[in-house]
Amino acid sequence: MFSLTGIAHRYGATTALRVDAWRVGTGEHWLLAGASGSGKTTLLHILAALTTPTAGTVVVGGTDLGGLSGTARDRWRGRNVGLVPQRLHLVGALDVADNLRLAQYLAGLPDNPGRVRSLLESVGVADLARRFPRELSQGQAQRVAVARAVVNRPALVLADEPTANLDDAHAAAALDLMRAQCLASGAALVVASHDARVRPLLPQAYALPPRPDPGDIRRTSA
Amino acid sequence: MNVLRLAFAYVKRRPLTTAFNVALLALGVATITLVLLLSRELEQRLAREATGIDLVVGAKGSPLQLVLAGIYHADVPPGNVPLAAVEELARHPLVRQVIPMALGDSYRGFRIVGTVPAFAAHYEAALAQGRAWTAPMEAILGSDVAKATGLTVGAAFAGSHGLAEGGGDHDAMPYRVVGVLAPTGRAVDRLVLTGIESVWQVHAHADPDGDRDHDAPAGRTPSPAPPSAAGTARPREVTLALVKYASPVAAASLPRAINAETVLQAASPAYESARLFTVFGVGTDVVRGFALLLIVASVFGLFVALTQALDERRYDLAIMRALGASRGRIVAVLLIESVLLAASGLLLGLVLAHGLAASIGIWLPAAAPLAQGARAWQPEEWGIVALALCAGILATLIPAWRAYRQDVAATLADG
Repeated sequence: MFSLTGIAHRYGATTALRVDAWRVGTGEHWLLAGASGSGKTTLLHILAALTTPTAGTVVVGGTDLGGLSGTARDRWRGRNVGLVPQRLHLVGALDVADNLRLAQYLAGLPDNPGRVRSLLESVGVADLARRFPRELSQGQAQRVAVARAVVNRPALVLADEPTANLDDAHAAAALDLMRAQCLASGAALVVASHDARVRPLLPQAYALPPRPDPGDIRRTSA
Repeated sequence: MNVLRLAFAYVKRRPLTTAFNVALLALGVATITLVLLLSRELEQRLAREATGIDLVVGAKGSPLQLVLAGIYHADVPPGNVPLAAVEELARHPLVRQVIPMALGDSYRGFRIVGTVPAFAAHYEAALAQGRAWTAPMEAILGSDVAKATGLTVGAAFAGSHGLAEGGGDHDAMPYRVVGVLAPTGRAVDRLVLTGIESVWQVHAHADPDGDRDHDAPAGRTPSPAPPSAAGTARPREVTLALVKYASPVAAASLPRAINAETVLQAASPAYESARLFTVFGVGTDVVRGFALLLIVASVFGLFVALTQALDERRYDLAIMRALGASRGRIVAVLLIESVLLAASGLLLGLVLAHGLAASIGIWLPAAAPLAQGARAWQPEEWGIVALALCAGILATLIPAWRAYRQDVAATLADG
């Protein structure tokens, strides 16, 4: 599905991230492990073509991301990547169904209310389609965010700390849901997490070393 | 899902701020448009009223007053002049036509104009009923006069002293209505026309020893006409006369010649009404400036609202980027939202202005004829459209630039 080679990313003079080589096959489910501040989110953003690494080659689904221009990166991302950010970031002005339809629209895909309905049903929030994000519980909102990530059937789904605010039962359910959805669409899944509860729930793991520069860690955890 | 739906969704989220800014813009647009509509209509009416009249001649005094009294029937005339002087002017080779007018009396606020049949012909006022006057003390009514007074052919009425209501009546010398004119949309609609001899007759009868208060309804000095040597047969006088040139060449020399060599004063309606409009234009400029201020305030309000909204929305915009929206799309979303608001304010303002102009007669009866201006779309209104839409775009520029420059990864990471 993707391969990272010789990736290094620096913020100013400090190296925030180093990945010598990491390959993930089609439909594989991976844990991206690492302590807070080790660069997990940055790596997810690199895979989503939201961040261009300072050095190295990123090839996702046969596309060399380094060779894409700004607008092409946006278009590619819309079609190929589903992102579940840590804070979910559902669009508060839109109801649940419209949040999913927004994803279809921004990816340049035709409006497909049938897909939206069946997907909301399969993540168990069909009855909330007309609710606004502020009316949802954390667990419900996360289901919606997962649905939004897979609505366009991307080849790669990236989830950032999906269990951070969930108790054990919900954490397991969230992972199950994500895996089931990715399985259904054949997408590869990368879950970035420092949560020890997640490790046994995913078949494979890639661990980032702790950030070498202690100054950076202090800044991040402050 | 599309950009419009998205824009509406955001507008719906902050209805008060939106309503306030739209209302502010609408008020600005409405004010500026209303001033435009009314002043254009007024200008056109003033010009139409004076069409075909090259000069107004009358007693020495203010030329503006002459034009106001002779063309617009909006002021009292300066005084009377001898008929002989006007007749002499009519014989001048550069003069094609002279239409004398004797003013001084009125009926229920409508002016009685003693004149010649050419007067009605000049205003292209056709008879709707009855016939033209053929004898003294016969009168025809302008359409507004007939409507307001309810007088019809065959009715009799007595004129009163002065051009306003409340003067003494000439009860002993009643007029008889012989005709009613069709509406023309010009000043003649509000006049009572009669033969010039009627006015002379009424005055000779009413003032055996001098013209006391005719032509002096507002405390003006009485007409300077001295009694003749015989005491009863005074020289005939008219109040003023409308003059048409025989050739455009006349404009260069005739007014000066009249002013210098005769007892008459010549005033050009075109020049005087232009002068009037400059004075009056200062007022409309002030209102226009005020309206611009409203528009500037609404742009500022829109700018503040959008900038604030952008702070609340930066995560939304970041996630939209993450969902595949390009920078251009993000800017387009903001721009369309703002232009949408500006367009609603604009539309509301234009509707408001045309509506107010159309109903101006309700709250400003004197301006009722100007309501006709509401029906027309003035070319300048395109300028207002452009101004409002530019305002919408201007208000977005800085927020859109910030959205364009937004670091999506950092925003998502710090959320």
